[in-house]
Amino acid sequence: MQTEIIIAGFGGQGVLFAGQVLAYAAMDQGMHVTWIPSYGPEMRGGTANCTVVISDEEIGSPIVSRPTVVVAMNKPSLDKYENMVKTGGVFIVNQSMVDREVERKDIHSVMVPANEIAEEIGDKRMTNMVMLGALLANLNILPVDAVEKALKDHLPVKHHKLLPANRQALEKGSSFIAAPVS
Amino acid sequence: MTKEMLKGNVAIAEAAVRAGLNAYFGYPITPQTELLEYLSARMPELGRAFVQAESELGAVNMVYGAACTGARVLSSSSSPGISLMMEGISYIYGTEIPVVLVDVMRGGPGLGNIAPAQADYNQIVHGGGHGDMHPIVLAPANVQEAIDITYNAFDLAEKYRTIVVILADGSLGQIMEPAELPEMKPLLMRQPDWATYGAEGRPKRFLSSINIDPAKHEIFNIRMEQRWQKIIANEIRFKEYYLDDAKYAVVAFGTSGRIALSAVRSARAKGIPVGLFRPVSLAPFPEQALYELSKRLEGLLVVEMNNGQMLEDVIKITRHQTPIDFYARTGGIVPMPEEIEAAILRMVEEPVNTTEHPRDRWLARLSQELIGGS
Repeated sequence: MQTEIIIAGFGGQGVLFAGQVLAYAAMDQGMHVTWIPSYGPEMRGGTANCTVVISDEEIGSPIVSRPTVVVAMNKPSLDKYENMVKTGGVFIVNQSMVDREVERKDIHSVMVPANEIAEEIGDKRMTNMVMLGALLANLNILPVDAVEKALKDHLPVKHHKLLPANRQALEKGSSFIAAPVS
Repeated sequence: MTKEMLKGNVAIAEAAVRAGLNAYFGYPITPQTELLEYLSARMPELGRAFVQAESELGAVNMVYGAACTGARVLSSSSSPGISLMMEGISYIYGTEIPVVLVDVMRGGPGLGNIAPAQADYNQIVHGGGHGDMHPIVLAPANVQEAIDITYNAFDLAEKYRTIVVILADGSLGQIMEPAELPEMKPLLMRQPDWATYGAEGRPKRFLSSINIDPAKHEIFNIRMEQRWQKIIANEIRFKEYYLDDAKYAVVAFGTSGRIALSAVRSARAKGIPVGLFRPVSLAPFPEQALYELSKRLEGLLVVEMNNGQMLEDVIKITRHQTPIDFYARTGGIVPMPEEIEAAILRMVEEPVNTTEHPRDRWLARLSQELIGGS
């Protein structure tokens, strides 16, 4: 059993970090996991993505062309990845940053107004955790608790004051469940 | 020991520290920079030597000098930086000095780009400097293997008084995976019987790669070639996957090897009896094992991230025991598992014409696909 996840957005939206948190949580649950970033001559505001593969056996390729799940944090990612999601897969889109709906009907998609939710929580930086919460709720391989615990166990203590806001963001995000495939 | 989430570059750096690294010299270059960056903090913290040199030329010659004292010394770079080090690498080999180098390969030739590639195969495996020379070349495919190889690389270099090159690529440098780090070895200042660490109380020693008398240099070369035969006898490493009942096999190393593993699994799920042969030591290459394997196969697919450098070795080693096919991406493009799976299916369904070079068919197809026309 293997699940491939791509998280994509603008540099600065925390896409690489969200992928790392997911990878830590998978590791703590005893699963095989790889995390690999797109790396290049990029800067804040440019595009960034990472691929996370979670499996119960030794992982071959850390990169995929047909991911099971994509989290699109912005419009370019919605456009780029909509056609790549595996049939029957999950596509989670940050509604705050796009101007259209998902067109494909053969995938589970859900729109999450992640920027607004993060602002309600009082910290714009929590957008990625809202999206991660939605991902977990639609994926069923790791409970939200496992990610909360991973944050606590692996974040440096100086950042622990942010844990309650992270928890809130994950939980709010996890209430967005994709519609069944029509 | 518990597993930690480690980035390839950082994992190699920390494994070297735990192997008792005395000194590091290097110069930053993507996609290897985290290795140097990590050591720039870690080495001083432990009271050990870290120098960012003015260039790779400076770095390799600092490595040469420091290693002459018997210290455990490391440098790392990426393709164009390794090219700059070539003169020094040959001098180190010609002086019989144990050194460990890491090449995190990127797209070439030229300054190229910073994406993953495997196109330094010929430069390192069949060279690593001018003259008759054979560095030991090890190619890890995942973070744990990179740690294990690095941790043992210094013992290996010292055992044979030679150069060990860890041949990685940008993908392995940047990936994060759970891995276990070994224990910290005690830091020693070794005093081997050839090293120049100060001659107080004993006759002086002299280390150089100059051997002005050709007759003497011929004897040196023969002696090094004899040593290489011992390395071939003792240090071959490879990994096999699903080969027991295989009629077909993929040969691939490092990152293309692990991507091929996904393709092999997926082809197996479709009923194709295919396995994977992944050389870990590229020099010495697992020639005998691959030759024996090839005798019982109906086809063999070589996959690389270059234009077919290892391919030539595989053709030579397997001596036409089985038809060989080839698939590759180059210049910093990483092949996707589906592309390799398609190449496996093609090998089975459209067996290669053995009078043709395996590269021809690949080149014609890829030319058509990427450029249009042939």
